[in-house]
Amino acid sequence: MTNPAALPADWRDILALTKPRVMSLVVFSGLAGMLVAPQLPPLALGFAAILCIALGAGACGALNQWYEVDLDAKMRRTASRPLPAGRMDRQSALHFGVGLGVFSVILMGVATNWLAAALLAASILFYVLIYTVWLKPRTPQNIVIGGAAGAFPPLIGWAAATGQVDTLPLLLFAIVFLWTPPHFWALSLFVRSDYAAAGIPMLPVVAGVESTRRQIFLYSLPMAAAAVAPWPLGLAGVIYGVSAIILNFVFLVLAARVLANGTADPAQMEPEKHLFGYSVFYLFALFTVLVADRWVA
Amino acid sequence: MKLEDEVIRRQRERAKLTALLLGAFVVLLFFITVAKIGINW
Repeated sequence: MTNPAALPADWRDILALTKPRVMSLVVFSGLAGMLVAPQLPPLALGFAAILCIALGAGACGALNQWYEVDLDAKMRRTASRPLPAGRMDRQSALHFGVGLGVFSVILMGVATNWLAAALLAASILFYVLIYTVWLKPRTPQNIVIGGAAGAFPPLIGWAAATGQVDTLPLLLFAIVFLWTPPHFWALSLFVRSDYAAAGIPMLPVVAGVESTRRQIFLYSLPMAAAAVAPWPLGLAGVIYGVSAIILNFVFLVLAARVLANGTADPAQMEPEKHLFGYSVFYLFALFTVLVADRWVA
Repeated sequence: MKLEDEVIRRQRERAKLTALLLGAFVVLLFFITVAKIGINW
């Protein structure tokens, strides 16, 4: 075995191309968007819709890794992925990603409705073309604008169930959109040397750690406002309202601790690591209580 | 393990997985069709 790329790719590497961990959060937020909708589709159609969201996310992951193979090879965190490690050839990844994306959009349209399919197509194109190809290598605002791609799933889930878009799914879109910068910037603070080595202009690399910490806190404020908003707007009940206040209070406290942390040494960035870990839990918990609130009501 | 053996092993694994996924897709299409007929979309 001299050249692993000459072998047909192992199915585990094909699966890894879809970034299954990222997919789980995308699927969860899509499912939440569907479950809080006023009407639920039949089980088979709901399952197909969630499957399509998962496949669409997988396509994004594959196309992202196809495009960024040279960058991934320069970063410790990503160097062992199938493409930079040479366990798979680039063309296979491209074919797999495009095929999966087209398949997911067509299946979504056939199984549910073409509004949901159009939103899914828009989210895939936005992630691949606007975020990966255009923004990420060019501007420190890549995560801010690119965050819209990850905010689509609740909107798609709702559209798949109802055939339309309403205030609540737009608020869910806003929550994920505003959550993305603090989430990614917390991570990029303690792996910024990786981003610097790869030449990716993430905010800590371009503007420095202090500015990034300030931006994390500033973005957490409108995120918290958007997260609590469904309660006063009458779109969610008291279970959600109280839970959202607690979850956002903890988020803001952790963001304030990040703001107060003066070190530039990644080894001493415990507050940043705590915020990053909590931010994943936060989104899961917030959407879970929203669904629970809707179903209890 | 020789390269040829490894190629054949991987091809077999992928063929089995493809067959499984195609089977699952057929079942999914069947249930989608039943659901669509049921709700008369």
